Amino acid sequence: MPYQFTVSPDFGPDQLAGWHIFNTWLQRQLGTDIHFETHDAFDEQRQSISEDQIDIIYANPFDASFLVREKGFVAVASPHNPDETTIAVHADNPVTEVEALQPGCRIAQTDDPDISMMGMILLEPANLDRDNTEALIQDSYIQVAKALIQEKADVGFFLTEAYERLSNLVKSQLKPLVNSDIQVVSHTLLLGPALAERKDELAGKLQAMSDDVQGQQLLDSLGFRSWNPMDEEEMEFMIDLIEALAA
Amino acid sequence: MQDMNPSDIQGEYRETTLDLYNGTQRKVLVTDMETPYPEGKLIVSRTDTEGRITHCNRSFVDMSGYEEAEIIGQPHALLRHPDMPAAAFEDLWNTVKAGRKWHGYVKNLRKDGGYYWVYATVIPNVRNGQVVGYTSVRRKPSRQKVEEAIQTYASMS
Repeated sequence: MPYQFTVSPDFGPDQLAGWHIFNTWLQRQLGTDIHFETHDAFDEQRQSISEDQIDIIYANPFDASFLVREKGFVAVASPHNPDETTIAVHADNPVTEVEALQPGCRIAQTDDPDISMMGMILLEPANLDRDNTEALIQDSYIQVAKALIQEKADVGFFLTEAYERLSNLVKSQLKPLVNSDIQVVSHTLLLGPALAERKDELAGKLQAMSDDVQGQQLLDSLGFRSWNPMDEEEMEFMIDLIEALAA
Repeated sequence: MQDMNPSDIQGEYRETTLDLYNGTQRKVLVTDMETPYPEGKLIVSRTDTEGRITHCNRSFVDMSGYEEAEIIGQPHALLRHPDMPAAAFEDLWNTVKAGRKWHGYVKNLRKDGGYYWVYATVIPNVRNGQVVGYTSVRRKPSRQKVEEAIQTYASMS
């Protein structure tokens, strides 16, 4: 039976094409059959993880904690793209700083747990929390932007990378209030117990990916500059950080 | 730990002696100058089980006013401000040594005698069932919560 590879559901269809090519690369490098499976939502993916149906995953930091601590996954590498969060409002909104946001505000967000958590942390200086705000869950960051533009929501939480990718027309109708600058929290490629012993081999191949033209093209299609091998302690540190933030 | 140096202080200051948890004392020099919390950032550090700093991020260094080399290896009490009641830190250590998370509002002392407020979370770092150190993450606090903390700590001192 082929191994199963999946990526965090926070990627749009345009990026999934790159991950399909990555899966072909992965099969060639590891010399084994790997099936690429996508999930539409975080809940659906978590169900597959809890049923031990995933062997390789490019996971968001929140899920990486669970995968390492509860499911015996090992971190292989992370891209040089830390996960940051952008808080934005409608461009015409008179609010210019987070502290001016008021209780009762409606927050458009996806179901990405990291961005929701960081977004709420960034709203703490305004004394806002889950009890005095309303979460409006959207299917994608484009939908988050739409909810703001159509004034169905007062505030939007974005993965900064996704915010940057919005068209200029969309961005011109939005106003960022704050960007997180955490630097050390990122998505991570993880191997499940069945493949864990190939961690060092894969880490080396990922690191060398930027050395040839084809590898560089693949990195470009994923939106990465390069892969950074991750040791156990670096991963544990990131998990500690996520745990502290979730407090 | 070394006493603070008057040549590092910006502006007028007052001198106080802190009684630290390990029975030692430190002379600190404090001013009323507040440094605002940097937008969007987290201040992160890790200590060993004795509370000596082993790692810190750029925001920690920037906000403390020290050079990184002056920070690594020092007790976390390097940032202890005299307006913080000893009971708050006693609670912190009792909580994390029992393996639990601690969080609270903290007024930190800078090298230049000024201060900055944070909302801090401290968690034990458990590796193979053993506590090997502690991670502290600070974020921007709400002004209202800081005002409440000022009142609470004043009544505890």
